[in-house]
Amino acid sequence: MVPPATPSDINVGSSGRDKTFVSDLGPLFSNYELGAHYDEMFESSARPRAHCDALVEELRAGSQAELGQRQLEADKAFLTQGITFTVYGDNEGTERIFPFDLVPRIITAAEWRDLERGLAQRLTAVNLFLKDVYHDARILAEGVVPRDLVQSCRHYRREMRGVHVHRDIYVSVAGTDLVRLQDGRFVVLEDNLRVPSGVSYMLANREVTKRVLPGLFDRYRVSPISHYGQALLATLRALAPPVAVDPTFVVLTPGVGNSAYFEHAFLAREMGVALVEGRDLLVHDNIVYMRTTAGLKRVDVIYRRVDDDFLDPLAFRTDSHLGVAGLLNAYRAGNVSLANAIGTGLADDKALYAYIPAIIKFYLSEEPILPNVETYLLGNPSHRRYVLEHLDSLVVKAVGESGGYGMLIGPHSSAAEREGFKAKILADPRNFIAQPTLSLSCAPCFMDHGIEPRHVDLRPYVLYGDRVTVVPGGLTRVALRKGSLVVNSSQGGGSKDTWVLED
Amino acid sequence: MLLSRVADSLYWIGRYLERAERTARLVDVRLDLGLDRMSNAGGWDFARLYSMVQLDEAPSALNPMALSDTLVFDPSNPAAVQACVTAARENAAQVREEISTDMWEKLNALFLSLKQARAEGGWSVRPHYIFRLVIDGIHLFEGVTDETMGHGEGWQHLQLGRFLERASATAALVDLHFRRELILPPGHAEWLGLLRSCSALEAYCRCYTADLRPERIAEFLLLNPEFPRSVRFAAARVESALRAISGLTTGGAGGRAERLAGRLHASLDYGQVDEILSEDPHVYLETISRYCAQIHGAVYQSYITYPIESALPA
Repeated sequence: MVPPATPSDINVGSSGRDKTFVSDLGPLFSNYELGAHYDEMFESSARPRAHCDALVEELRAGSQAELGQRQLEADKAFLTQGITFTVYGDNEGTERIFPFDLVPRIITAAEWRDLERGLAQRLTAVNLFLKDVYHDARILAEGVVPRDLVQSCRHYRREMRGVHVHRDIYVSVAGTDLVRLQDGRFVVLEDNLRVPSGVSYMLANREVTKRVLPGLFDRYRVSPISHYGQALLATLRALAPPVAVDPTFVVLTPGVGNSAYFEHAFLAREMGVALVEGRDLLVHDNIVYMRTTAGLKRVDVIYRRVDDDFLDPLAFRTDSHLGVAGLLNAYRAGNVSLANAIGTGLADDKALYAYIPAIIKFYLSEEPILPNVETYLLGNPSHRRYVLEHLDSLVVKAVGESGGYGMLIGPHSSAAEREGFKAKILADPRNFIAQPTLSLSCAPCFMDHGIEPRHVDLRPYVLYGDRVTVVPGGLTRVALRKGSLVVNSSQGGGSKDTWVLED
Repeated sequence: MLLSRVADSLYWIGRYLERAERTARLVDVRLDLGLDRMSNAGGWDFARLYSMVQLDEAPSALNPMALSDTLVFDPSNPAAVQACVTAARENAAQVREEISTDMWEKLNALFLSLKQARAEGGWSVRPHYIFRLVIDGIHLFEGVTDETMGHGEGWQHLQLGRFLERASATAALVDLHFRRELILPPGHAEWLGLLRSCSALEAYCRCYTADLRPERIAEFLLLNPEFPRSVRFAAARVESALRAISGLTTGGAGGRAERLAGRLHASLDYGQVDEILSEDPHVYLETISRYCAQIHGAVYQSYITYPIESALPA
């Protein structure tokens, strides 16, 4: 079902080649090195891609000092807006901004059309899959997806079996991680189907970029993204239980201590709905209420940014103070809708990921528009044998981890690290997958010594209510350390504005 | 209709900022008076100041700048300016979706500039500027609040916190100057200090000329209906905020908090300064403080921590 890749699919980077630099573009670009990866800006050492001409021109019109000034303005804007995270273990409560890069990443209209179709197809199939797995389990009966893989998944919720989810929409908000390979194709690296975060950075990056590079906007037709809040609200409205005439929506946050709290408050404000914590809610007779100054008010739709585990101490983790006792029963009774539904984490399990192309074919009878990355499941003996022999060229990931933790990047690892991982894999093979080390594409970034390429990925945000919509843009995350492939903010990554051009 | 938790946070933003502004003003005036070295003035007399901000520790009065540092930056002092601004900001961060972006950014900017001033040090060479920074920052926040936030229930909770804090703190400050054992002769520089600490000097002079007489000062700070820092004015605002809140939540049925506020306001409306001073002013002023504490408790009972059983549908 998932054939092992041949070693020729594996790219181990461009070591040993002669270095190629961009030529004749002046001092700002003198450190711009091209390699085996796909470069988002340059077609060759002598030529920018057609849609990047104006960007190159605009950047060349500035100097290092002048761009540095704009970078300072941008950083200050993030600080004043309070878009920061707290550095732990510091009594002063030092707050830092997430690193932001000035230079926007540009995606053409044609590229975007394919992405949009591919993302819609994928989310449609995932929802059909979740409905099926939690009801008839046809796909398991036919052996397309192994039953034990589903049932051994940590995020599979047997409490959801046979539960009717309004309109069968399980995942209404998804954030899909894409990377671009050498040939310029986008592939899906990961689906985030539980509580994907980062959309506020997509929006904040745009606002700040508009402020510091207004001249550049003038030279492009950039699709607006500021309607995301309205689109999200429309999505939630589509999910409201039919009994609710004038539904009340809330955003449920773990609280101000959560690293994504800024985003929760931001989205509540953009939608004009209340931001609640578990302690603001209570369940009585299977109806959810919030405690207001005017008494208790019924809640109909919860956009929850709290993980399944913490949602309801009666049903899941009993030590959770973040959730609402009785919420699962209110949900099962159909008195409240949750976005996303409970148990969607099954479909973004890193091992199940390998089956998404098969899932698309099974439910939609279509070929997947967006390909997957070749994935080895270490629970499978033949895959495991191959992976253990090639640890130095593969990336190994723990299926339950996110944020770039629990990962082995073969080509950048030591023999001792590989031995350590081997032991972990053998102890619990189901918990690991392996993928070839990908050559992520590079986008131009403003660094200390001019414009230099850095590896990037792309996370567009996909909404599913009355229909699937993708706000034209996404979060481009950047590995700011030279040569690094890890874009996660917890690991020294930053982000930049992402432009989708209009025709 | 507001989440109870949100109403509570807004109320505390109002209280903390009022407190921060008051402490800043008190210390600023105190340092300034100390420089004048008037023959009849207490010079660096921090005793009143310390009891005003409820610090037990007797001031050692060796270095006035070090003392003022305690009142501005000492993290262990809950009445310190920075602690109040930080607490207000933390509350604001928890109700980011209820307040306007401008409000948040102004408050955050004040927090950041205080932090920067402390990190850079050297503010104590010209301390006036840091107090100006705080007072201006809070005025800016209040102006932006009035102009960018709807004057609905949330705004009323901000007003409630601000004016309740003001009523009780002004009463306490007046009390410190009118206790029998503490009272000073007319014309003493402390009277000037008292008026300036309430930014009331100019307004007082316009009303009574620059003739600083204790009974007139008491009348002005307690009973003046027009001056926004008088106790009577603050009580009127507390009452109107509570009336607006009950109108928006219980349909105007009122409640204990509204009744208490009305009674407090009425006692000030019909108060006479000679009566207050001829009896024990301390008793009168303590009654005001007690009313303020009871109003606070009643607000919590009606809107914030009411028992759930009473609110469930039958």
